[in-house]
Amino acid sequence: MNRLVSFRSKSRIGTTPCSSSFYARLLGSSIDASRTRSTANASDSLATVSRCSSLVPARTLTGSSLFGSRNGSSARLSNLTGHGGSQGVARRFCSDAAAERESMEYDVVIVGAGPAGLSAAIRLKQLCGEKGVDLSVCVVEKGAEVGAHIISGNVFEPRALDELLPEWEKEEAPISVSVSSDKFWFLTKDRAFSLPSPFDNKNNYVISLSQLVRWMGSKAEEYGVEIYPGFAASEILCDDNGSVIGIGTNDMGVAKNGSKKENFQRGVALKGRVTLFAEGCRGSLSEKIIKKYHLREKRNAQHQTYALGIKEVWEIDESKHQPGAVIHTLGWPLDQKTYGGSFLYHMSERQVAIGLVVALNYKNPYLSPYEEFQKLKHHPAIKPILEDGTVIQYGARTLNEGGIQSVPYPVFPGGAIIGCSAGFLNVPKIKGTHTAMKSGMLAAEAAFGTLLEGSNLDSYWTTLQNSWVWEELHKARNYRPAFDHGFIPGMAISAVEHYLFRGKSPFTLKHGKPDHEATNVARSHSPIEYPKPDGVLSFDVPTSLHRSNTNHDHDQPAHLKLRDPEMPTQVNLPEYDGPESRYCPARVYEYVPEESGQLKLQINAQNCLHCKACDIKDPKQNIEWTVPEGGGGPGYSVM
Amino acid sequence: MKIMVAVKRVIDYAVKIRVKADKSGVETQNVKMSMNPFCEIALEEALRIKEAGLASEVVAVTMGPKQSIDTLRTGLAMGADRGIHVEATGDLFPLAVAKLFKALVEIEKPGLIILGKQAIDNDCNQTGQMVAGLLGWPQGTFASKVVLDKEKQEVMVDREVDGGLETLCLNLPAVITTDLRLNQPRYATLPNIMKAKSKPVKKYTPEELNVATNSDLEVVEVTEPPKRKAGVLVSSVDELIDKLKNEAHVI
Repeated sequence: MNRLVSFRSKSRIGTTPCSSSFYARLLGSSIDASRTRSTANASDSLATVSRCSSLVPARTLTGSSLFGSRNGSSARLSNLTGHGGSQGVARRFCSDAAAERESMEYDVVIVGAGPAGLSAAIRLKQLCGEKGVDLSVCVVEKGAEVGAHIISGNVFEPRALDELLPEWEKEEAPISVSVSSDKFWFLTKDRAFSLPSPFDNKNNYVISLSQLVRWMGSKAEEYGVEIYPGFAASEILCDDNGSVIGIGTNDMGVAKNGSKKENFQRGVALKGRVTLFAEGCRGSLSEKIIKKYHLREKRNAQHQTYALGIKEVWEIDESKHQPGAVIHTLGWPLDQKTYGGSFLYHMSERQVAIGLVVALNYKNPYLSPYEEFQKLKHHPAIKPILEDGTVIQYGARTLNEGGIQSVPYPVFPGGAIIGCSAGFLNVPKIKGTHTAMKSGMLAAEAAFGTLLEGSNLDSYWTTLQNSWVWEELHKARNYRPAFDHGFIPGMAISAVEHYLFRGKSPFTLKHGKPDHEATNVARSHSPIEYPKPDGVLSFDVPTSLHRSNTNHDHDQPAHLKLRDPEMPTQVNLPEYDGPESRYCPARVYEYVPEESGQLKLQINAQNCLHCKACDIKDPKQNIEWTVPEGGGGPGYSVM
Repeated sequence: MKIMVAVKRVIDYAVKIRVKADKSGVETQNVKMSMNPFCEIALEEALRIKEAGLASEVVAVTMGPKQSIDTLRTGLAMGADRGIHVEATGDLFPLAVAKLFKALVEIEKPGLIILGKQAIDNDCNQTGQMVAGLLGWPQGTFASKVVLDKEKQEVMVDREVDGGLETLCLNLPAVITTDLRLNQPRYATLPNIMKAKSKPVKKYTPEELNVATNSDLEVVEVTEPPKRKAGVLVSSVDELIDKLKNEAHVI
């Protein structure tokens, strides 16, 4: 497995060692000195590189026309010289496969090598094997390696994996620690009260999802799936009819000011007869797709609601380690108006995963989920477990809490959305991996039918609703919205749901305001005094960030874009006191004084953990998270 | 002319390094590995020379355990034509690597060898120099500029030295080790990554090359550097002098 893990890192070269941040680090000098050397050799090599291998031969299945089988009529691809003739809207949303960009064609292109994406890829190849056909499947992943951007609690329910790869145990999947105990505490500042555990984790496992996904990646490759880590899908490609025909990867080697660097490399167009988006929660391209095809309106879905999870993996004292022990907490340090809780899972090899999840519809703009997490670790019930231990990794990611009410219609012309990009996380169970995997498998089955038998891709939606995913999410639908009314009503309604109605309640509660609208203005709250980190249990952001192995080439355009560049100083700062400087777990956003003394927003894009909190929580939705050059971002290995 | 480039699989430079609990080394399990940055620069330079028409073939060489093949594939994806993997378990110190290199040179007969100046894991900065010594070839280390003259069979190398820049003229065959400012390595494109899968890789073992890799060196202990102590605010010059004299012992 190790071999395939590092095999993947090959495609990341060029983003790290040659990066100017690396230069700057070693030399402590500006990178300009190194970049002014443009020799004849360099321009020759550039020319050669872009000239080499014009179109790779198409890999369409013999005998079937592109799109012909799907909608009964052949849709014309815009030709590769970049001429589209499409409507203004289509052009703004999707790009034509531009002139000089190389293009590679597959039957299925999957964006994201996570549980959903890899499950879909594996399922497709399994179906090929069963029916004696072959489909070319390509998975493109923005992380430097498969698993580098995967972070999750994680107490794993193997239901979907049992269906997909029933021999997982024999094939040495990194799933070995069975849940041995399941505790549920209500915390006050000084005490922990044991409550009956609402979870049933009897047949579940404590795992590192990053490790499991790496294993799945190697399995997928054994099946013949082509996986390309280090390549970020940044554009959606459409044909003249507005159907999605694939994605374009990012140009690499673009300088901060937009000019082409010495090692500029045009992105590649990956065309698929079916394109599946598996970008995880708040996927950047998935969000565009949902808007463009009105996928929420299509089934009267509500907006999605989110939480931010911040997590560390510690290596603790042997005597304190109980493999399989699972603890969840409610209450302190969060107040009654803020939904969230913490988790502490004992993994293998003296490692424990500890994290705090804070719902992003919190009202107080002065709240810092990161600092609340640091506080949590000092609680008298938690501190003893971590004492004498060391932190191995740190990370953060947003997750869906909308449940069934927020799932958009997941099929659009040309493909479908799977996994957390659609949002199948079961909130009361706090598990989303198994449902994400199952959604990927169902989409694969539908896609297979589309490509080989000409059936409609909408069958994915039908099979989804008839599957255990929907059944589970339906039962779970009222727990989270109940807490929008407050902690006590939330607990009360949850108890009624759980014990009385047992998921068969006749009503469906709705979500409150979207997360970004829930933030109150700063003047209705006062700043929170957070304790200083002690460097043993709690840490400052830069220290934690270093443990996430995050990096981006610093000389690239900032991938966090402001729709209105004046808004931070005109609205965010005066009205909300710059909440982005507090909710970002990577300190990307800082208000620093200019020479005039005025505060200005500084975006340290290089720190970004790709968690998407800013895209979700910015009060005026002014911050747009777009994908940076492939290969950057965090380097999770045990998260 | 054939160019041989050495590439090494090391812990990725952005990863936070941890020392193993038994102090025998650093933690490499579940840790991201990449090609040594200086090796990338070396490979880039070789590719540029080839693209300028001054070389016929670039051969990437790596030495190490089974997983080192991944680094080789990266090199092939960047544009090397062939790969050689000397599979050896256990620690390979620079002298052993240099001896293995010499054995490969006798087989491949390259006109130029380019290596990174040092690996970022052991920071030895010895292998290139030892290869040149064993082969009796001229060496241009810490290269920040390389200009090949095919007619005269010479290469001009600008070296970054303590006092500034030194320009050497080396007769081929020669050994060059690369420094940071030499070039900016290229990205591997998706199509090239795909093509790299079918490029040939030859495997050798040290036994096949008749090289003994046992070393006179042994790593006894690896410890983390001492944690930086917090600074102390002094209230007066006298207190500062007192501390400098009696605590830090610097005056």
